Amino acid sequence: MKFLDEFRDPGKAKALITEIQRLVKNIPRAQERPIWIMEVCGGHTHTIFRYGLNHVLPKEVEFIHGPGCPVCVLPRGRVDDCIALAEQPDVIMTTFGDAMRVTGSKKNLLQAKAEGADVRMVYSPLDALAIARRHPEKEVVFFGLGFETTMPSTAMTVLQAKRDGLKNFSLFSNHITIIPTIKAILDSPDMQLDGFLGPGHVSMVIGVAPYDFIARQYRKPMAIAGFEPLDILQAVWMVLKQLAEGRCQVENQYQRIVSEQGNAQALNAIQEVFELREFFEWRGLGSIDHSGVRIRETFAAYDAERKFSLPNVTIADPTSCQCGEVLKGAIKPNQCKVFGTTCTPENPLGSLMVSTEGACAAYYQYGWIDKDAIQPVTH
Amino acid sequence: MRDLIEHVFIQTFQHPLAAAMEDQARLSLTELGNLGSHIAMTTDTFVVHPLFFPGGNIGKLAVNGTVNDLAMCGARPLYLSCAVVIEEGLEIETLFVLAQSMKAAADHAGIGIVTGDTKVVERGAADKLFINTTGIGMIPNGINISGHRAEPGDVVITNGYLGDHGVAILLARNELALEATIESDTQPLNGLVEAMLTCCENIHCLRDATRGGLATVLNELAQDSQVSIQVHESALPIRESVRGACEILGLDPLYLANEGVLAAIVPPEEAENLVKVMRKHPAGRQSAIIGQVKEGPAGRVTLSTTFGGVRIMDMLVGEQLPRIC
Repeated sequence: MKFLDEFRDPGKAKALITEIQRLVKNIPRAQERPIWIMEVCGGHTHTIFRYGLNHVLPKEVEFIHGPGCPVCVLPRGRVDDCIALAEQPDVIMTTFGDAMRVTGSKKNLLQAKAEGADVRMVYSPLDALAIARRHPEKEVVFFGLGFETTMPSTAMTVLQAKRDGLKNFSLFSNHITIIPTIKAILDSPDMQLDGFLGPGHVSMVIGVAPYDFIARQYRKPMAIAGFEPLDILQAVWMVLKQLAEGRCQVENQYQRIVSEQGNAQALNAIQEVFELREFFEWRGLGSIDHSGVRIRETFAAYDAERKFSLPNVTIADPTSCQCGEVLKGAIKPNQCKVFGTTCTPENPLGSLMVSTEGACAAYYQYGWIDKDAIQPVTH
Repeated sequence: MRDLIEHVFIQTFQHPLAAAMEDQARLSLTELGNLGSHIAMTTDTFVVHPLFFPGGNIGKLAVNGTVNDLAMCGARPLYLSCAVVIEEGLEIETLFVLAQSMKAAADHAGIGIVTGDTKVVERGAADKLFINTTGIGMIPNGINISGHRAEPGDVVITNGYLGDHGVAILLARNELALEATIESDTQPLNGLVEAMLTCCENIHCLRDATRGGLATVLNELAQDSQVSIQVHESALPIRESVRGACEILGLDPLYLANEGVLAAIVPPEEAENLVKVMRKHPAGRQSAIIGQVKEGPAGRVTLSTTFGGVRIMDMLVGEQLPRIC
């Protein structure tokens, strides 16, 4: 198995879509308004648009694109801090590719780099350690961000740095946790979601149990989903089946990767290095309690926030930007006042336009095509 | 030192027009006139890191790139200039290898390198070596290939695997812990275009899918011709290894650079025959019909997915950056 085509079989997709069409007829709510299923993870948003899944589902099923793109939910103040750090003369700033495009109040890391800051793209935080070893005369900072998916590798990197006794490496932690975020969405007054596709990679780390409250307390069905188009279609089918049968459970579509208890080693590394912040600021969603992590006192030497003095200014979201409403599923990206006009991938105003995983960028790049305008495939 | 460098190039290129050691190459108007009524001229500057990569090097790229820009209007490439900016410290041996590579590429494409220039700059003022090549060629009478000529009903054809060059360069930088043997597709396309024109004089558009990949080129053509283009995902020739690398890195092969791939837009009645002819040419083995030109929103390029879904294939904004997770 090469995992290139196995989960992209059009024949199997067709069978699933037929089943979905059949199921929808048995859901009373679907006769009144579309069923709104939120895919929490940005990776899912990407797959949905890349394969045009929103166009192959019946009109009674709509995806609401959730907050699961870590690049998109980072507030401008944090980006400004990161840029201020990168612009210090002896600092080499390292980070993931698409984190370089997220804008602060004035610019992004790519622009800072163009202006002379030493900013380098890495594929793994461990690459940042290698850079630190090569440049003992410089301070190498890793701009760490992401949910529980990327948190373990960052934690492992800090542990490795300590083991190696590296003195010139530190982490600027902007890691966030998924559960308080989903809870915040469920608690918001304009929430009208019918079910969730659970984030596959986060779940690989944290397991299935932490989502139980969604079904028990909020009575919403969830299916943890993989990232291939068939994964997503199957997970949609699982959520709809629950709705049709009046069940609310957390089901696991992504069993080939996600185990019930998660990855103990990864969780231990996270536990050892990080602790919850009292609150963390999100772009579009405001402050959410216990939704971010910082480095524990034991590893203070590797904490960029302790090692350097940062401006640490909170900068409000632009007033015309409706990222928050999009994140909560209250409006679709193209219903935002500035979508495609003042806010484009070239000049992103809101963060959802920044990463290809952001709902607005995905909509802009792949999506805003009306269903009626699609011509049948003649090939 | 300077003499030595000039020597490397002139001796290697071995063209009678260059060997005369004049400050300029002198081209015969009569000779040119016999080949067509219009001269095509193009220039390109090549900066690539690393200088050597699987399947090629900056020298080969600098010849093929300009040859292909000429070929895309149906011109027969004839003469090339070669100007180099060399960072102090680059070994003469490396220069020599690259010059030989340029000579081989020029011979392959049937073009002569007839004039040139060398500049050496201080360490740090350039990244090892930059090459500029300017080329001229003759457009045969009656050929009118243009980005503005795509018409609804036309068919879109491509000639080779997509994304090879982009992935080859990424891997050659050794910044990723990925191992795969993927070679750059850098090759001259003028021979293929000549074969295509012999079969079908009425090719509407030709563009080589270099920077920004096939997606960018099709967007340009759709905009210039004020039409929409629909591409079929299942018809796109992409190597499994390239698809695999792109999956891991979160890149889209449709936006990766190619150095030997063209997109052709041709009248529908010519398409199948043309593909047959192209497949017989070494540079066209993977030729295939990949889409259609449609009326409808001008400038819009869509991709019909293997799932029966449709997505917009938009212009890329900035560089393609790998996704975080």
